[in-house]
Amino acid sequence: MLEAAIKGGKRYWTLICCLLALIGVGVAAYIYQFMVGLGVTGMSRDVSWGLYIGQFTFLVGVAASGVMVVLPYYLHNHKAFGRITVLGEFLAIAAVIMCMLFIFVDLGQPLRVLNVILHPTPNSVMFYDMVVLSGYLFLNVLVGWTVLGAERKGIAAPSWVKPFIIISIAWAPSIHTVTAFLYAGIPGRHLWLTAIMAARFLASAFSGGPSLLLILALILRKYTKFDPGQQAIQTLGKIITYFMITNVFFLGLEFFTAFYSQIPGHMHPLVYLYTGIDGQGKLVPVMWTSAILGIVALILLVPPKFRRNETLLTIACVATFLSLWIEKGFGLIVGGFVPNPFETITEYWPTLPEILIAIGVWSIGFLVLTILYKTAVTVKEEVVFDKYGQRQVKAE
Amino acid sequence: MSMDRRTFLKIAGISTVLGVGGISAGAGLSKNVVEASSITRNSEALIGKRWGMVVDLSKFDDETMKRVVEACHREHNVPSVDYEKHEIKWLWPEKFEHAFPEQEDEYLAEDIKHSYVPLLCNHCDNPPCVRVCPTQATFKREDGIVMMDMHRCIGCRFCMAACPFGARSFNYKDPRKLDPKLEKNPEFPTRMRGVVEKCTLCYERLAKGLEPTCVKESNGALIFGDLDDPNSEVRKILDEHYSIRRKPELGTKPSVYYIFG
Amino acid sequence: MYDGWKIILGVIIFIGLMAFPIYYGFGKATPPPDPKVDTPEIMKLPESERKCIEPKDFMKTAHMKMLDDWRDWVVRDGMTVFIASDGKQYTMSLQNTCMNCHSNKKEFCDECHNYTAVSPYCWDCHIEPKENEL
Repeated sequence: MLEAAIKGGKRYWTLICCLLALIGVGVAAYIYQFMVGLGVTGMSRDVSWGLYIGQFTFLVGVAASGVMVVLPYYLHNHKAFGRITVLGEFLAIAAVIMCMLFIFVDLGQPLRVLNVILHPTPNSVMFYDMVVLSGYLFLNVLVGWTVLGAERKGIAAPSWVKPFIIISIAWAPSIHTVTAFLYAGIPGRHLWLTAIMAARFLASAFSGGPSLLLILALILRKYTKFDPGQQAIQTLGKIITYFMITNVFFLGLEFFTAFYSQIPGHMHPLVYLYTGIDGQGKLVPVMWTSAILGIVALILLVPPKFRRNETLLTIACVATFLSLWIEKGFGLIVGGFVPNPFETITEYWPTLPEILIAIGVWSIGFLVLTILYKTAVTVKEEVVFDKYGQRQVKAE
Repeated sequence: MSMDRRTFLKIAGISTVLGVGGISAGAGLSKNVVEASSITRNSEALIGKRWGMVVDLSKFDDETMKRVVEACHREHNVPSVDYEKHEIKWLWPEKFEHAFPEQEDEYLAEDIKHSYVPLLCNHCDNPPCVRVCPTQATFKREDGIVMMDMHRCIGCRFCMAACPFGARSFNYKDPRKLDPKLEKNPEFPTRMRGVVEKCTLCYERLAKGLEPTCVKESNGALIFGDLDDPNSEVRKILDEHYSIRRKPELGTKPSVYYIFG
Repeated sequence: MYDGWKIILGVIIFIGLMAFPIYYGFGKATPPPDPKVDTPEIMKLPESERKCIEPKDFMKTAHMKMLDDWRDWVVRDGMTVFIASDGKQYTMSLQNTCMNCHSNKKEFCDECHNYTAVSPYCWDCHIEPKENEL
């Protein structure tokens, strides 16, 4: 099946080459970081996690969102999602690979990473993070590949795949719950010490991930013969809407607790993020961009008339994705470290090598995604749908 | 013999996994070369159940502060880094309201408000940094010291996020290159880039029967002892003087106490 | 075979690249390692006492594992004294015990390490004896 990835037209190969070029730049930047140390980034003694861990945090949510198309189809027989479950699983694979790469580039001693397995530590959330991420990657590769292979042969998927699918549905929330636990169990960081951290991660995962999936599905419809189906797109849109509302609601809850209780430790990180403190406010424009994008997204998502218009839906998905990418991928992490334990401010902004490495990792993820989607689309283009868009019949 | 590509790949994959796995398992199960019974503790080593420290703020003037910080950093080859974001400090002075932010108060006594407090790792009894370390590179010893194993640290910096006291520093670059003029103590190693470091209560001195360097240089401003021993000096001082600790409400049970005289 | 000349050319280039280390060093023999143990500290000892904490053959094959065990015992278990097979006691420390006698890293440790292309990262942190620092 994978040989479909080396057969493509000019557009396909241009995309591959661009991604490879970006990956090359990222690798060069990483070699520089490996030789000199993490000092080439903008991190400091006070802000010891930055862009890399932020991107990892956001991508864990995107990875978990695969379950948002798998669950309705396999547990509730929502036939419309039948065509795109594999797309969701393949997006999860690419996202998990990016997660693991972002952790790797963030380590001070990356060559020692296997120490986490050689010396397992059950009381450490990060140990579980490695376990659940690896497990989820394995599950998605197994399930996605098997189901796609069956589709290509025009037969039903083998029955032994079903338990693995059920496990992957249960496993998906676990990956971002565990990642949320990285933050929610830390006693000294007031922005993170909230019981709804895992719930917020769920809400942003199930709105951010499906919005990316929706955009990708529309791109596939435009450039290939594969059509995800009108109903699938609209159902995804409804899912994104409800979870985005929940996400914004949860953010509002955080603001209420902080500002109605007037506890300085709770208020200060939010004040720093959204207004700056003592003239130090590098993140203020970024956070407000995220907020405005979120509001624009809701305005376009909530009224059904707008949602049914695919152009507006696309804009809404882009706005949702970017808003959450900023909030979870940057604001949440940096905000946890500012102010520092001494109630003073040390600011953070990523440096050029840091940004290039991040772009390199994203490009690796998109390369994996391109290869997997090319394989999936090639298989799906060969089958023909019956008039209900459900049962797939192999072309004569 | 003819086989299709799929079967060939399956056989190649399984052989690789078994081969690599078998070798690793074999290496991992091979015994210690040297028998464990042939090691022992130094007979003069100081043994305790819960090492702790009392800081007498009334005895801490600028000169004492400078002396203890320099002694600690010199003994342990802590580099002095110009760029503040990459600075490494094991023991350092901080303004009172930054050391105890929950005590921030505009009507606080002026002399306390403008005083400096020496801060270090609190060697907590319930340390969140130990709880989060994925490799046990930071761990709690039986004598209460929260220790660092520089060989095992992968530099993930989870402990730095978890420490509510900001006691940990990370080597963002090679410390030997950042401070090439550092006069190295030949009896103690430096660290390499990519690992976290902090005060380790002079475990190497305790092993030889000596008190921590900062305590030795403090002229009585720092008192070291076993908090678990009701007859120790630190316990007697705590019985007789009011003491505070940093952020006790977080439940980390710090072992460093501050008294006001 | 189809495009046979491409395949044969490719195989020739591959072999040429992969065999480079072999034919590049043809005729040149690297001298075997010759670690020197005549440091001033060792020379100060009477001849009967000029031996390492364990027999030479043991140290040759097992010093890596022994140092690995030492570092876990000292750092993780808090044990600092090693009782050698002859009953003598030594403080377990690369920097302070081993290098006390073997204070010539370049003529001792590096001799074998360079020959076998091994670069242990001990020296990134543990300080080399002063005489040998650049």
